[in-house]
Amino acid sequence: MTGSFDLKNTLIGYVLVVQEFTFLCSRAIAGLFRPPWYVREMVLQIDRIGVGSLFIVVLTGMFTGMVLALQGAVQLEPYGASMYVSRLISTSVVRELGPVLAALMIAGRVGSGIASEIASMQVTEQIDALRAEGTDPIQKLVTTRLVACLLMIPVLTIIANGIAIFGGWLVARLYLGIDSYFYWTWAFEAIRQRDIVLGLVKPTVFGFIIAMVGCYAGFYTKGGTVGVGVSTTQSMVSSSILILASDFLLTKLFMAFP
Amino acid sequence: MIVLEGVRLTLGDRQVLEGISFQVQPGETKVILGGSGSGKTTILRLILGLFRPDRGSIRVAGEEITVLREQDLAQIRQNMAMVFQGAALFDSLTVRENVGYRLWEQGRLSDEVIEQKVRESLQFVGLEDAIDKMPADLSGGMRKRVGIARALASGAKLLLYDEPTAGLDPINGFTICHLILRLKTKGVTQVVVTHDLDIAFRVADRIVMIQDGRIIFEGTPEELGGSQDPAIRGFLDPSCLPPEAREAWSSRDAG
Repeated sequence: MTGSFDLKNTLIGYVLVVQEFTFLCSRAIAGLFRPPWYVREMVLQIDRIGVGSLFIVVLTGMFTGMVLALQGAVQLEPYGASMYVSRLISTSVVRELGPVLAALMIAGRVGSGIASEIASMQVTEQIDALRAEGTDPIQKLVTTRLVACLLMIPVLTIIANGIAIFGGWLVARLYLGIDSYFYWTWAFEAIRQRDIVLGLVKPTVFGFIIAMVGCYAGFYTKGGTVGVGVSTTQSMVSSSILILASDFLLTKLFMAFP
Repeated sequence: MIVLEGVRLTLGDRQVLEGISFQVQPGETKVILGGSGSGKTTILRLILGLFRPDRGSIRVAGEEITVLREQDLAQIRQNMAMVFQGAALFDSLTVRENVGYRLWEQGRLSDEVIEQKVRESLQFVGLEDAIDKMPADLSGGMRKRVGIARALASGAKLLLYDEPTAGLDPINGFTICHLILRLKTKGVTQVVVTHDLDIAFRVADRIVMIQDGRIIFEGTPEELGGSQDPAIRGFLDPSCLPPEAREAWSSRDAG
């Protein structure tokens, strides 16, 4: 009896989370189409999210490309095809690894940062103070971060992809002795237009997830400073799961339209 | 200026307020007095439109705010300012940017005029030297005073204070009290929520006393001091309560 009651409350809790999250998303999107646009705050967020994440994204891309070159060459060696390793690197990076790994790293750095900042503002009444000053906190805090993530995460992903292919070339040239012209020709030859489209749609969706999950976790923080820690962790875990799940769904969706 | 009639509020499973009715006249300083958890701060949040009551009416400057949308409430809030218990200064902004926040957001005045208003407000609270500091560099008392300066700079006609002297030493508490009295002489309408009897009796024109979400007294400080109601006498002078009554008060507070 108690078990079924708990299940009922748990289900109601999940429905409430979906309702609150949908409400926050709709208000944040509506904020895109009405003034004020808080351009200064937006530029600040673009700098913090974009430029601030550059180093971590470059490192992720570089090592991903280098490891792929090493592992790919081992797998292709028995077939005498290790010189085609750039094909494997460019397709796997542009379609999957670049967007997903960059998004996971950015979720860790940016998403949790957004959650902890907004959560701290919530528990110290700064969100209420914004409302008391006549400012819509969703438009000021959420819409600006959403725009910054939607703009910068695709850019960061393109950079991660480029660096990964470059990292693969370093290993291919210096360790595997593959000709540079051959490497770059096959690297670009392998990428199709739909790969580029998918490689841009994915980071845009991931950007939306990172911004909104981080803002949601921050906005609905309860329980003082302990709550700030909980929200930060929840934001990181939820973003990562949603990124991986939506990656699968988007790949499946694109495969349905050859 | 403010009229509350039959206000009831439930948060989750807990009934926070029931049957709250009182008025605040223009230029009046009203103190809402009560123990911790009695629902006093919630009344300020209702007046500010941060909460909506389950039942009852709240009129601010003749406007029924319980039916307004968030965008319309933002307009009403332009005439009010609140000094939060923890000051709620924006951590990422300097004292100057905090104090002039509303004026810069409104964008109606030039930077020079806003700068002048910010300096005047900081001068009023005695913190002109702190204009370029960050909130993290200020003491608790200074943060509260910057909070008051922010409220003043906004040009609001109605100031709401949530526990303005809580956590302050006697000198800082006296300074805040003195600031409220100076604003009173300027004709500013003020609502002060506190459990501090000293500030309540010093600044109030009228006092509303709350217990368990209900009003148990409304009148002048003199009338409150002369009340023989056991609940009021117990709050004003806990030493006159029998030990079991003090224990019951503490356990209710903890609950």
